[in-house]
Amino acid sequence: MADPKKYDNRLGLKGWWGGGRWGFERYAYTLHRLTGLGLITYFVMHILVTSSRAFGADAWAEWMGNVAGPIFHVGEFLVVLSFIYHACNGIRLILVEFGFVVGKAEEPIYPYKTSLNKQRPLLIVMMILAALFVVAMGYDYWMLH
Amino acid sequence: MSKQDTGARDIRFIIRRFNPETDEAPHNKEYTVRVEPGMTVLEGLHQIKGEQDATLVWRFSCRMGVCGSCGMLVNGKPMLACNSQILHLTNSVLTIGPLPNFKILRDLVPDLMPMLKNHIAGKPHIVREDFDPALTPTDEYYQTPEELVRFLQFSYCIKCGCCMAACPTMALDLDYKGPMPLAQYHRYNADTRDGGFEERAKLAGGTGGVVRCHYAGECSNVCPKGVDPARAIQLMKRQLVAGYLGLAKQQEPCGTIGPDPNARHREGVPPPPPFTIDRK
Amino acid sequence: MRETRFWTWHLLAGIAILIFGGLHMIVMHLDGILGWFNPAGGSALDWANVVVRSQGFLFPVVYIILLGVTLFHGFYGLRNILLELGIGRCGRVTVNILLVGGGIVLFTIGAVAAIKAMGV
Repeated sequence: MADPKKYDNRLGLKGWWGGGRWGFERYAYTLHRLTGLGLITYFVMHILVTSSRAFGADAWAEWMGNVAGPIFHVGEFLVVLSFIYHACNGIRLILVEFGFVVGKAEEPIYPYKTSLNKQRPLLIVMMILAALFVVAMGYDYWMLH
Repeated sequence: MSKQDTGARDIRFIIRRFNPETDEAPHNKEYTVRVEPGMTVLEGLHQIKGEQDATLVWRFSCRMGVCGSCGMLVNGKPMLACNSQILHLTNSVLTIGPLPNFKILRDLVPDLMPMLKNHIAGKPHIVREDFDPALTPTDEYYQTPEELVRFLQFSYCIKCGCCMAACPTMALDLDYKGPMPLAQYHRYNADTRDGGFEERAKLAGGTGGVVRCHYAGECSNVCPKGVDPARAIQLMKRQLVAGYLGLAKQQEPCGTIGPDPNARHREGVPPPPPFTIDRK
Repeated sequence: MRETRFWTWHLLAGIAILIFGGLHMIVMHLDGILGWFNPAGGSALDWANVVVRSQGFLFPVVYIILLGVTLFHGFYGLRNILLELGIGRCGRVTVNILLVGGGIVLFTIGAVAAIKAMGV
């Protein structure tokens, strides 16, 4: 007998976004991906632009002039924000994914506490740290330049 | 006033239907059900099937959160229909669909075979080099209660597929084995009786293995049994990385006690039934 | 197990970026408050400061290490995202070739520029 017809019910890209009723770590995951994509896009441009210093002061000034508009200025600050978030959340992820802050296996007793509860204090500390860096670098970026 | 104290009320069920013989794609169908406090989603479905629409299809068996058959997407979240009371979830509308990230066989029935194939590939049983536990089932193992706790949590998995439906990687990646099979790989890897780590590491450490988990944590959020697949996967990552970096402690599987040489057959006790499999 | 090896280095590269990239961000974006490695004062992007940082031994070496680990970390992360789109075997091979090729080209450009800038 031929296999019956089945309907593919994968969520696709929509499933990456989650949202609505999902947990906080899901948003941290999505934001980590978005900031990562932003940072790698910037990094490619950054390599090409800053390589101009090898050609002397004039080339450097010319390239710095090309990327001096208000869009680039705001964009660069977005890169700073992305880096801060990606780095702080990345510290948490490295510790989690090397199995350090997820806790040991334990007998599940309802209401269940999972590894998410174990690592959440670290998540909160990292987000506070990120907020402090945002304030310091934001002050430096917008007030002192 | 809390939701469960409001007494009986009419709830609108919006159910995703799909008949492979007549439908090209799933569609929604609405039913209204008089819901009493304490009534589960599964009971609501039974009431619809009994009184309104006998063609509605879903999978269920034990009705008490043990068999893992009735996993479905209820109000946007994967859960067991038998384990979830309707008035805890809503006062007006309940949307019910099949678990996402699986193919739909019919109505609320997902095709769990891809998940189970990956599960079986990881040898979900004790693997020993020195003997075959299936053929010598009477030997006891030296295992401490502390060693038992290392895998006990993961052994509560009922293969309902809720974790697979919640996982963002599963939403697109056709190669990813998913939280259920991977957590079960770790369940046996963490068992001191088992010696199959190397075999499972080839699956878990390859394409579609643990590296596709990025700790969004949804599998652990939705697991109806508190299995915490996300923890199992991170702990297995640690083992794999330690193995790669040469930092893993080499440990042989625990020994067996063997038959007690002082044991004597008590008179009056009938002999045990013969083995159902061949003993070599 | 190949994926485990790449993934382990992805995370270890992340730690290296935290150290070197963190230092880079402090030098570039806390220049007004701290002014580290900006002896001429003003902005970290002023040519006088750029020249000082380019000419020492420490900074070019750190730049090249940072360039390598960031390209590996970033492109491996990008590869993860692209492969998780379910693009099939042919797509996977294409992504691998493009990212390895692109990474080598960008590393060469950045490293040559860092070495050449030592003489400006």
